[in-house]
Amino acid sequence: MTQHEKSQNFLSKIKTNHKKRFSGDSVFRTIILLIACNIFIILGLIIFKITQGAWLSIQTYGIKFLWGTTWQPFPPEPTAPPSFGALPLVWGTLTTSAIALLLGVPISLGIALALSEFTPKSFNYVISFFVELLAAIPSVIYGLWGIFILIPFLQNNVYPHLQATLGFLPFFQGTIRGSSVLTGGIVLAIMIIPTVSAISRDVFAAVPNSQREAIIALGATRWEKARIVMSYGRSGVIGAIMLGLGRAIGETMAITMVIGNSFNMFTSLFEPGSTLASIIANEFTEASSPPVYISALMEVGLILFALAIAVNASARLVIWRSMRKTKEAEML
Amino acid sequence: MRSYRFRKLEDRIMISLAYAALIIALIPLASILIETVGRGLSAMSFNLFFEEIPPLGQSGGGIGPAIQGTLIVVALASVMGIPIGVFSGIYLAESRQSRLASVARFLNDVLTNVPSIVLGIFGWALIVVAIGWSVIAGAIALAIMMIPIVTRTTEEAIKLVPSTIREAAIALGVPQWKTTLTVVLSSAKKGIATGILLAVARISGETAPLLLTILGSRFWFSGFAQPTAALPLAIFNFSQSPFRTVDLPRAWGASLILIFIVLAINIAVRYYTREKYG
Repeated sequence: MTQHEKSQNFLSKIKTNHKKRFSGDSVFRTIILLIACNIFIILGLIIFKITQGAWLSIQTYGIKFLWGTTWQPFPPEPTAPPSFGALPLVWGTLTTSAIALLLGVPISLGIALALSEFTPKSFNYVISFFVELLAAIPSVIYGLWGIFILIPFLQNNVYPHLQATLGFLPFFQGTIRGSSVLTGGIVLAIMIIPTVSAISRDVFAAVPNSQREAIIALGATRWEKARIVMSYGRSGVIGAIMLGLGRAIGETMAITMVIGNSFNMFTSLFEPGSTLASIIANEFTEASSPPVYISALMEVGLILFALAIAVNASARLVIWRSMRKTKEAEML
Repeated sequence: MRSYRFRKLEDRIMISLAYAALIIALIPLASILIETVGRGLSAMSFNLFFEEIPPLGQSGGGIGPAIQGTLIVVALASVMGIPIGVFSGIYLAESRQSRLASVARFLNDVLTNVPSIVLGIFGWALIVVAIGWSVIAGAIALAIMMIPIVTRTTEEAIKLVPSTIREAAIALGVPQWKTTLTVVLSSAKKGIATGILLAVARISGETAPLLLTILGSRFWFSGFAQPTAALPLAIFNFSQSPFRTVDLPRAWGASLILIFIVLAINIAVRYYTREKYG
């Protein structure tokens, strides 16, 4: 074999080796690509299946479903058709979520600031661990605790005082019920605290130290420094709050167990109510007939899906933008 | 300009409020843990773990089928969800620049935030309509909850693997796919295991999707196409019982077992990953 032949041989060996390697890689890439495409299939199927199930209701009630205020699967007169409308459910979802944000956000921001600005580092680890445990507790246990510990406590020690002081407002009038919209909102507030506080803490931790050093050099107090940190991370905090809102909207079991499950356009927060999620949990398994009943429940699910996705997607967008801003500032 | 004394006072007040917020948030946690442990322990007995669930209001029996059902549904969901999640995560980490990957990453986040009850409806429409209330339907709904969590954590874990390790393997002539499957995965295995465990903990406590798919039952597991019991469902059913003296202790007993499983996983994960945070 000449030198040239030898080197040719060697080259072709490398080439075949390379080819083999290349084909192994491309097979692997194709496989993981196909598996990764599951996400498109799953989301597509979810949307398709639920829309298909809700189609009968969409056709029967049209857009009026959104502001209808009756929910009668079995109307009192046997000849009348069943009628469904989702407005009180949307109202219940929005009100409980609003209460959750009103109570939960200040507490979460307090926690986030304490952890990122005020507490010593060694203490941080333990505290954030406990706050995260709050997120790990299953929702049904929140519900059980809500029914048997939180409700008796609120009903005896908090609600009467609340009505005595703020009773002139329409939302605090009427008979005090333990299983009520307000209790639902309070349970949701507890449940969103870990989400909102963890993300806000990360947002605050990402604020460049130059900001803190600058304001401290000007003679600021610790609280004034914290205010600068908050205003710098404002958009990230808004994102965190919206993620909390997304969690509150989708929360099902705990709220089903404490809200009282009655279909009404409440004005007082002491009245029982229902949310989009709770009515599904409460009625779905019993809604075998008429067919439009289950379809209406699926349309409720579709509204819930759309609402949750819209809130969460905009939250992600806001957080992503704020993080990008912080990164750019760091590069300067 | 506000006076120094005012600013100092404001500083004190606001910092105390921040600490107060910390304490307020920990009160519910403490209360839940204390009540569950206290009330759950007094309901503990040997029979609780090994007997079938009696009808509401009847004394005796246990919650054996609920424990068994939870283990089976979670195991089945994991078998489906973990491989899909891990491989999707590998794909997202390996093709960071591609547009398809960034769309998939976004949709993955979207899927994380689909309310769990909606996944229950999906499981119902996909499976229950065809074959009835079944373990399979519940496991599919839970697997869909699991996939985005596992995908995300796998991607993050692989991104943390230093590129020098990957380059070293490739320089030795190992094909890229083999590098990924052996070298990269084994350096990222801790992070991936963390994500898997957290996902398992999360789905173990889920109730809403199971309500619409496996329905609940009082008896032992009888097949994958049959309804079955699960701990969260049992807790929910007991809590709705009008016979509180008989059924409530069972609810707390089941809660204690469930909270023990979920918190044990979380604490273990925290313990093994503590260097990362501390």
